[in-house]
Amino acid sequence: MGGRLKIALLLAPALVVIGILFAGGLVSAVVQSVGYMPAIGQTRVSLDAYREVLSGGDFLDSFLLTVYIAGVSTAVSTVLAVLAAMTLRRSSGRLSAVVFQLPITIPHLLAAVGIALVVSQTGLGARLAAALGLIGQPREFPALLYDRYSAGIILTYVWKEVPFVALVVLAALRGVAGELEDVARTLGANTWQRFWYVVFPVISPGIVAASLLVFAFTFGAFEVPYLLGRTYPTILPVMAYNEYKDVELSARPVAMAINVLISLFTAIFAALYLRLARDLGRG
Amino acid sequence: MGKKRSNAGLLVVTVLVALPFVPLFLWAFAGEWRFPDLLPTEWSLRGVASVMEPGGRVLGATLNSLLIGMAVAVASVAAGTPAGMALGGYEWRFKGAVIFFVLLPILVPPLASTMGVHLTFIRLGLADTAFGVFLVHLVPTVPYTAIIMTSIFAERTGEAEEAARTLGANPWQTFVHVTLPEVVPGVAVAGLFAFLISWGQYVLTILIGGGNVVTLPMLLFSAASGNDPVITSSLAIVFALPAVLALVVALHFLRSSERDGGNGFVGLGKVS
Repeated sequence: MGGRLKIALLLAPALVVIGILFAGGLVSAVVQSVGYMPAIGQTRVSLDAYREVLSGGDFLDSFLLTVYIAGVSTAVSTVLAVLAAMTLRRSSGRLSAVVFQLPITIPHLLAAVGIALVVSQTGLGARLAAALGLIGQPREFPALLYDRYSAGIILTYVWKEVPFVALVVLAALRGVAGELEDVARTLGANTWQRFWYVVFPVISPGIVAASLLVFAFTFGAFEVPYLLGRTYPTILPVMAYNEYKDVELSARPVAMAINVLISLFTAIFAALYLRLARDLGRG
Repeated sequence: MGKKRSNAGLLVVTVLVALPFVPLFLWAFAGEWRFPDLLPTEWSLRGVASVMEPGGRVLGATLNSLLIGMAVAVASVAAGTPAGMALGGYEWRFKGAVIFFVLLPILVPPLASTMGVHLTFIRLGLADTAFGVFLVHLVPTVPYTAIIMTSIFAERTGEAEEAARTLGANPWQTFVHVTLPEVVPGVAVAGLFAFLISWGQYVLTILIGGGNVVTLPMLLFSAASGNDPVITSSLAIVFALPAVLALVVALHFLRSSERDGGNGFVGLGKVS
């Protein structure tokens, strides 16, 4: 009967938007990455752009930096989030909700600006260090911005993502994990045993799902590294953007090839995440 | 004992969360603040004046951001609510594949697709226009509203609708008088998040707007790359206002459904 039609009509507006602007844009990016741009008289299709991208050292440097920033940000955020959630689970739910929601709601750009004013060599941190007599000159404070370890970028991501992961963990802790833990305590399990054998198995799928999201996001995000990162190497999205902004139109296929590679990579994480989320839903 | 440790932990977390806002507020009202002074030695309203300047760039950019954000919120809710109804309220074949498709723009950065559509936008005269910027902002926001509404509709059983139909209401009356009032809080939260995502967009705006559509993030970005922390911080505070307001409103709405831990998905750190 009309059931199927109704579903189709309900879905239509969202699918049209995503289909044209997102999927269409991706297809167009793939087409341009193989050099097909009739608008500028290029109709020869080739994989030159991919060859150029993958054979150059720049891409590898950018790729490694991107994986490093996303990996360290995700790992640090996850560990701190679990610690924070374990510590805070008995505190007021409303208060911790407010404290955790704030960084989640604040735009990344704003977080980057605030963190920069804290960790720069004349920032709040350096001033505190000077007041404590640890440093005399600004340059004696460690360089945490535009530095080779991308400290400022990672700190910004950690500030933003810890609350997100922590809320996921808190939700799991306040559910079934708490009850199971009480049972384990009654049966004589110590703190470590309760965490490792009872609580952790319950919260770990949520932790994995949340960290996958954080990794996929930090892998493809643009603003924070663009603002707080070095000029070389840059993360992949910034590299794609710089190529795209190049006045030479011949750089376009290269920019698009990098984009396609970023998309492929994050799509793998998307698939992993959804698979996990579905298993979670079933369990 | 656990309670005490918990409260101490909350204090530490609160301080860490508040930390980046401290220099922002101090700088915004600072006249002179040299290293290594812990506090500004002179205060001034130069930052406030730069933000409030009548007919100035900041007011214009704020207006642009507001208008684009509100249009994006309305359009995202309009597209995302029915999609959420289909995904959350009914069972049908290929639902998993459609959910994957809807979630993809959240997980795969919209940078690639935006660069991809840029040529087409130029050909259609949409590049360098506020309408074009509005369109690309929909890429991250429509999936968000659809997913938020999916979780709202999934929690409903449909019993109230059935009762209304039994009592003789037609489908439209049922929707307006039974379904709609119950999903309004969810719609408000979804709209707020769509607004915030649009409000925080930098790279999509600069790609499609090409510098002709000046929004607040453009000004904040160029200020942050420059050397005047007073102006940067004043802009940053204006930029933070809607997020803080939205947080207050969202928490008010979410209070009723606090039991499910605030549904972490709503708050994915993608609001950037």
